[in-house]
Amino acid sequence: MPAVATKTPFALNWETVLFLGLLLYPVFPIFESTIFGATKRSLGDQLPTVFIFTILAYGLNVVIGYTGLLHLGIAAFFACGSYVAGILTVGAYSFGLPFPIALIAGTVSAALLGLLIGAPTLRLRGDYLALVTLGFGEVVKVTLKNLDGITAGSRGLSPIPPPTDHAIWAEDFRPYYYLTLGILIVVALGLRNLERSRLGRAWVALREDELAANCMGLNPGKLKLAAFALGAGLAGLAGVLYATRLSSTADPGAYDFNRSIFMVCCLILGGLGNRTGVLLGVFLLVGFDNILTPILDGAIQKQFPNTGGRLYLSFTGWRLAVFGLALILMMRFRPEGMIPSTRVKHELHPDEVVSDAIDPIVLGANTREVQQMKGESR
Amino acid sequence: MLFASSPSLLENFVQFTVLGLTYGCLFALIALGYTMVYGIVELINFAHGDLFMLGGFVSLTVVGFFGLTEAGAVAAAGPLAIGGAILVAFVGSVLFCSGLNTVIDIAVYRPLRNAPKLAPLVSAIGVSFILMNAGLFWGGSQPVSFPDLLPNENLLERFAQNGQLFGTFGVEHVRFTAKNLLVFGVTVPAMLGLTLFIKYSKLGKAMRAVAQNPTAAKLMGIDTDRIIGLTFAIGGALAGAAAVIYGLTIGTVKYDMGYQNGLYAFTAAVLGGIGRLPGAVLGGLIIGLVSAYGSAYIGERWNGALIFGILIMILIFRPTGLLGSTAREKV
Repeated sequence: MPAVATKTPFALNWETVLFLGLLLYPVFPIFESTIFGATKRSLGDQLPTVFIFTILAYGLNVVIGYTGLLHLGIAAFFACGSYVAGILTVGAYSFGLPFPIALIAGTVSAALLGLLIGAPTLRLRGDYLALVTLGFGEVVKVTLKNLDGITAGSRGLSPIPPPTDHAIWAEDFRPYYYLTLGILIVVALGLRNLERSRLGRAWVALREDELAANCMGLNPGKLKLAAFALGAGLAGLAGVLYATRLSSTADPGAYDFNRSIFMVCCLILGGLGNRTGVLLGVFLLVGFDNILTPILDGAIQKQFPNTGGRLYLSFTGWRLAVFGLALILMMRFRPEGMIPSTRVKHELHPDEVVSDAIDPIVLGANTREVQQMKGESR
Repeated sequence: MLFASSPSLLENFVQFTVLGLTYGCLFALIALGYTMVYGIVELINFAHGDLFMLGGFVSLTVVGFFGLTEAGAVAAAGPLAIGGAILVAFVGSVLFCSGLNTVIDIAVYRPLRNAPKLAPLVSAIGVSFILMNAGLFWGGSQPVSFPDLLPNENLLERFAQNGQLFGTFGVEHVRFTAKNLLVFGVTVPAMLGLTLFIKYSKLGKAMRAVAQNPTAAKLMGIDTDRIIGLTFAIGGALAGAAAVIYGLTIGTVKYDMGYQNGLYAFTAAVLGGIGRLPGAVLGGLIIGLVSAYGSAYIGERWNGALIFGILIMILIFRPTGLLGSTAREKV
């Protein structure tokens, strides 16, 4: 596999192509009225949701994909960002701060919350940590629901103003499209560099063998905490964007265990530890919920007009089973996901020795070293 | 009863203790299934709560076969018919849940025995989704009411003199009905039987051996796959029994009841020390009491935060649980 040649900084790879395509899409909005016209859902309106959830999934990917800690409560940090943004911008409070400050405050406060919950719990074993995060997610949801005075209970905080005062945010899909895509690309670039940095490689070492990593002088506690805080911060960032786009924090039910597990599904389906895979996973699952299901439901409705409210005659009724089956089949037959990270694939299939597929960059050499190595071998 | 008075603090406390112990027995039955499976394959079986939920629908369907779904039919039926229906519902639910749990183990978890720990855990979440979807088709998205088969007569009134028990609290405020009796009457023998089985039978000994070290157990000639299947079967049977009791005492079943009850029960298992049977029972009783007192004195809507808060605290300060051993993890 010519891994070295394709991973040089400015070469075209799938991720770059994908992001370039997404950047150009609003210029040629060919899908706006053709395929998706049937469901009255424009693709341009759906994609910002995909971008926001991709940021959330990237955050989760830092914790699960890079560092190997199973995190089942990412929705709590998503909620934190969303509610901090709500409190800082909504008219019911006197803050009325502008969007960029809310964006930073939401991100930072979610990261701090991550530190707060991570510090005492990160020494726990993997599955216990999963439970702590799950329990913490439930605690946050219940608290948000019950603190009526602060969070407006199940009504949610609204209306959250758009990022600027211009009317264009409501009229056109493009402002939100470019805002969310822009932030997503910045996050993706940051993560790309982070993956190759000392910290990113330390995380991978920790995931592969904590004992060995510790013996080599890495501090597992600090590294895990850094991953946890970064994941929480990205989730908070996604939360701010989510609330701003909805112009409401939605009800606390939007931040429950289902949201967390939905994000885990995206990662597993797409490919743990691989940014392109994560983007694909989010696209598929959000697409399944927001685009495919309405289309199929409409078709079934046309075919059988008298379903009599029978759930199994609607596609929505099968949602849980489809998700569940997808998870089981992926775990059984392709645990590394649809677009796997080379490294994760090797970890999950230790028996298949493929010597030429090991990527020196992932192994720890940076690109300049790789070029030097290539030069020497010539 | 000469006059109606408001309950005293003591009477309230006793009533909520009875309630808490009743819930606690239910949680303990479910928690035993979690703790046995975790003890033997180190898997947090997320689908266990949903298995319990399906057991509720099975027993509801069985009771339906006896034509006892309407309140009028229940009133007309004799105690023998009702008792028979409950017994068949028990047998049906227990067999269904233990069979289904074994099938799930063979189909889903067994192929992943040597996979990284994440794989069976995520598969269990997947199984949970599928079971929940099955429950959704079976019972719809609204709660289904379970027929009120057991009499609501307060058994304490039989022992009371002048409406007072022990001269301290009035029986009008402290209720202990046939439903409470049923819960204790099923749970206590089930737990005793299980403890004796694990401790003294040959299969129980094999289960303990597999839990301690699967490889060594296999080398000693134990069919580990069969023993693990048996563990799933017993855990499922307990969940099935808990489901019938839940239907009879709480009175409604719903497709998503497995999620919350399952997590509470898992908290109970962790609280007691996961992998330890007496721990699951103790943890179940504590969680039951906490949820009853929490509903009474703080507000039911905070129960979720309260119980998961306890879970987090236990895991931070004593990850081995109350009765867990302090054995170090193998490196």
